[in-house]
Amino acid sequence: MFQDAGEILMLLWRTLRSLPRTWRQRRKVFEQLFEIGNASLLMACVLALFIGGVLALQTGPVLAERGLGGFVGQVVGLSLCRELAPVMMAILIAGRIGSAMAAEIGSMTVYQEVDALRTMNINPVHYLVLPRLVAICVALPVLVVVAILVGWLGGALVAFLNYQVAISFEGFFGSLRDGVDLLDILNGLSKSAAFALVIGTVSCHQGLATIGGPRGIGRSVTKAVVNSIVLILILDYFLTRMLMQLD
Amino acid sequence: MDAATATSNTGIGLSVSGLRKSYQGTEVLCGLDLEVQPGELFVIMGPSGSGKTVLLKHLIGLETADAGEILLAGEPVQAPGVLDRLRVAMVFQSGALLSSLTVAENVGLYLSEHRLKPPAEIQRIVAEKLALVGLEGTEAKMPAELSGGMRKRAALARALVIDPQLIFYDEPTSELDPMIAVTIGGEILRLNRRMGVTSVVVTHDRELGFGIAHRMALIAGGTILAMGTPEEIRQSDDPTVRRFLSASYDFDDTKGPTHEKHA
Ligand SMILES: Nc1ncnc2c1ncn2[C@@H]1O[C@H](COP(=O)(O)OP(=O)(O)OP(=O)(O)O)[C@@H](O)[C@H]1O
Ligand SMILES: [Mg+2]
Repeated sequence: MFQDAGEILMLLWRTLRSLPRTWRQRRKVFEQLFEIGNASLLMACVLALFIGGVLALQTGPVLAERGLGGFVGQVVGLSLCRELAPVMMAILIAGRIGSAMAAEIGSMTVYQEVDALRTMNINPVHYLVLPRLVAICVALPVLVVVAILVGWLGGALVAFLNYQVAISFEGFFGSLRDGVDLLDILNGLSKSAAFALVIGTVSCHQGLATIGGPRGIGRSVTKAVVNSIVLILILDYFLTRMLMQLD
Repeated sequence: MDAATATSNTGIGLSVSGLRKSYQGTEVLCGLDLEVQPGELFVIMGPSGSGKTVLLKHLIGLETADAGEILLAGEPVQAPGVLDRLRVAMVFQSGALLSSLTVAENVGLYLSEHRLKPPAEIQRIVAEKLALVGLEGTEAKMPAELSGGMRKRAALARALVIDPQLIFYDEPTSELDPMIAVTIGGEILRLNRRMGVTSVVVTHDRELGFGIAHRMALIAGGTILAMGTPEEIRQSDDPTVRRFLSASYDFDDTKGPTHEKHA
């Protein structure tokens, strides 16, 4: 457990130190970006639409009952961009992309492809980890922005259609504009960048640490996803505390 | 002659002393001593599970020993920069081609990743090395589309591209049909003769071993049982060596179904 943590930090450090090589690996970064977008954009939109919707559904009637219906936009808008979009997207990406990274690198480890890279003096950190980490750190914040926008739309739709709330689009987004400023969005984005580092590093580390043949790959994938999600949720609390102090 | 083969390519020597390694308490290598001269073709034979692959992994720096020393051209293999300076290649038992790349990308990986040649030049070298191992025209195929033997030959081509001074072969002829096996054996020999590449071949294949070796070692249970020229090995009177060398398919009781009667 602690050994794992040490190894993960070590891998993160070595990857960050090799950042200047990103340009050389740009083709692989683009391939990874494309794969991430391809695999998760649609799912992210659907997820965000429903999260926004359910937020409006839960808070709308309660607020409207007390004559505070005008605040629905603000509540939905804030909770999405500060908390739900970053965390939900991180969990989605951990499940969708982290698992794929662990599986791919894990099978390369098991089938000696990583060894073969080493014998050719190709550093697996440069060749495998760096492009994946860079790609996920770019892709996750972008996905979060998309999710925030789509989530707002979902919230607005529900707020408008639900008869207990029945707030017009103008009303919803007016309240949202009053309550949410750019800093709130940046707050969520900075969290998501940290989550991306967690997912990328944990999954790549788990892949490289795979032992024991094909069954080991399955174990690595499960561990990568579970560890990423647990770390994300713990980190989320502390990052939120920290960012609150900064405000 | 292209630039790669024209470089003066003298092989480098290798020396191992007191090499020990255990996994989870079981000792796999128990104090190996070994010396391979520059330009020599050295064959290591031994039964399955005797630690041959583990030994090779140590020699090329993929594993760290528990004790003992490995010197490549006089320098410890684990010292920083040694493996960057020396050109050492390994042909893995299973090929170990990168499954996400085409055959051509695999074979040219060393050159493209280290930016040693422009793309057109790489393409030419790749085609040349593939032709050398009898795989012309497979450039665009994925490793999964190749047979086991073809994968092994592609891996050999990938190792040749490095233009090695020292090359390790792990079971180069297993999974190959007899004709290709002979071709590959000939290629190993030719490479060694033409460019003086020090070659270490791990194999079960006694015909290959005795056919190409300058010197050979027999290992079992993590130690060297016998070492010497093929002639010396043949004369060995160690019982394990004799058993390994004389095992054959000549069963005298397979001519029809017979049932042994126990008295
Ligand atoms: N990473 C490892 N962890 C634990 N045990 C290992 C590891 N690698 C090898 N071994 C053990 O070391 C022993 C020797 O394995 P090795 O692969 O070197 O055999 P080999 O001589 O190459 O056999 P073969 O001819 O079948 O390829 C085996 O008993 C194996 O179980
Ligand atoms: Mg082996």
